[in-house]
Amino acid sequence: MSLLKQALEGGAFAVTAEMAPPKGFDFAAQLADALLLKGKVHGVNVTDMQSACLKASSLGLCIHLKQAGVEPILQMTGRDRSRMALMADVLSAASFGIDTVLALTGDHPVVGDCRSSKPVYDLDSVGILNMLSEMEATGNDCGGNPLASGAPELFKGAAVTPVYEPRILQINKLRQKVEAGARYIQTQGVFDLDSLREFMEEVSKAGIDVPIMAGIIPLKSAGMAKFMNENVPGIAVPQEMIDRLAAAAAEGKEKGVKGLPAKLGMEMAAEMIAKIREQHLCPGVHIMAIGAEKNVPAILEMAGVSI
Amino acid sequence: MIITQKKPAEELLDMLEGVKKVAIVGCRQCAAACQTGGEPEVEAMKAFLEEQGMEVVGTVLPDECCHKLLVKRDLKALKDAGAEAVVGMSCGDGVQTVADNVSIPVYPANNTMFLGQIERVGMFNEYCKMCGDCVLGSTGGVCPVTRCAKSLVNGPCGGQKNGRCEVNPENECAWILIYKRLEATGQLDKLSKTRPDKSHGDTAWPRHINLREKKS
Repeated sequence: MSLLKQALEGGAFAVTAEMAPPKGFDFAAQLADALLLKGKVHGVNVTDMQSACLKASSLGLCIHLKQAGVEPILQMTGRDRSRMALMADVLSAASFGIDTVLALTGDHPVVGDCRSSKPVYDLDSVGILNMLSEMEATGNDCGGNPLASGAPELFKGAAVTPVYEPRILQINKLRQKVEAGARYIQTQGVFDLDSLREFMEEVSKAGIDVPIMAGIIPLKSAGMAKFMNENVPGIAVPQEMIDRLAAAAAEGKEKGVKGLPAKLGMEMAAEMIAKIREQHLCPGVHIMAIGAEKNVPAILEMAGVSI
Repeated sequence: MIITQKKPAEELLDMLEGVKKVAIVGCRQCAAACQTGGEPEVEAMKAFLEEQGMEVVGTVLPDECCHKLLVKRDLKALKDAGAEAVVGMSCGDGVQTVADNVSIPVYPANNTMFLGQIERVGMFNEYCKMCGDCVLGSTGGVCPVTRCAKSLVNGPCGGQKNGRCEVNPENECAWILIYKRLEATGQLDKLSKTRPDKSHGDTAWPRHINLREKKS
């Protein structure tokens, strides 16, 4: 059974991390990083060509992780695969014991690095969840035909963007995702606890009952924060954080010490995680380290979180 | 309105390589409105091809280039003109309808872009993808299949900033438009209902409609 499901249902503070497959066929670096996460998190999301940039498939790295004893979460977007291809991958994943999935609509190919690729979007996030729920309920495939060995039991999740205007649209779509079978939610990276709290209150006011894990992105520099603010929808890093990162860079330059902003970014991430847990804002966190997965155990230690 | 755009001249000349005698077929409907195949454009094409050393043996401008019988009738004017090829200055439908009626090559002068709204003379907006299963009744009269870059029937995605689509910031997010329209018309309840995903089983192309078929 899904480790993440056990954690969330058992009342533990759930922790997930995130990794991208390589742009190539050598998975050694990813596996080395993944082993550092073993026993530290309840699952590792494996991205499905995030930002529409070509990588090896999510399923491929998920299989590697599972075989290495690290619990993978299969991210599935509707961008590149029709409903048939999505279902086929879920069935293959299930045969390896991969039963935790995260359904996403997916970034459009024109914002990525293979612009000529056809945008498929046969199903969006809600459609993928609905299809898988229907499969589980009936034992049938996406054409209504019986599956030979019945349907696998999945733990399905989805994403939400708390910083969104008008917010009612995100709340509405969140409700649709939960109605379609999402049993956990991971948020886009949040940097401001007050706005997270406000969002959680609106979710609760809307009567939506689902565990929402706060997305945490450890910042590496002021430049990274500014870039994300300008280019990534749904990301809003407060100016105060950017100033602190810039001050850390200046301090490092003065003292001739490298890596001070990244260290501060880890500390700020740890602080957020600790507060989210202490204040019971969310039942867990999802850490997106964007290539710096090896830092996740240290961040969790600083936050005083162990699974 | 079928919106067309003129192909680059070099592309057309590549298709016409070796052709000495050519006929031109325009269209008085959509292509005329798009300034890609009306009378002035056909005249300009004639002058251009003659400059390139070709002999233009005839020009025809059917009222509708997508009308098979009409095109058949009008093309009789080109009979015995000795054309080695036809330049079609209509949409892709018109070019094929011409090709159905002649036994020489037909080359398109235009790219067929989309089914669009004429905002003003010379300004066109893609409004309908002709999906065959209209959802406008529940989306405030804004088509998500066409005006959302991902054709989401249950949007929005997370990819908008300040109401603009990240795929092309010139475009407003269709789902924010839908929200505003539903709000303004007191129909926000329609937002909460999940729409079924598009089925593609009944829209396999090419499609045909025959109103003359006897109803059983």
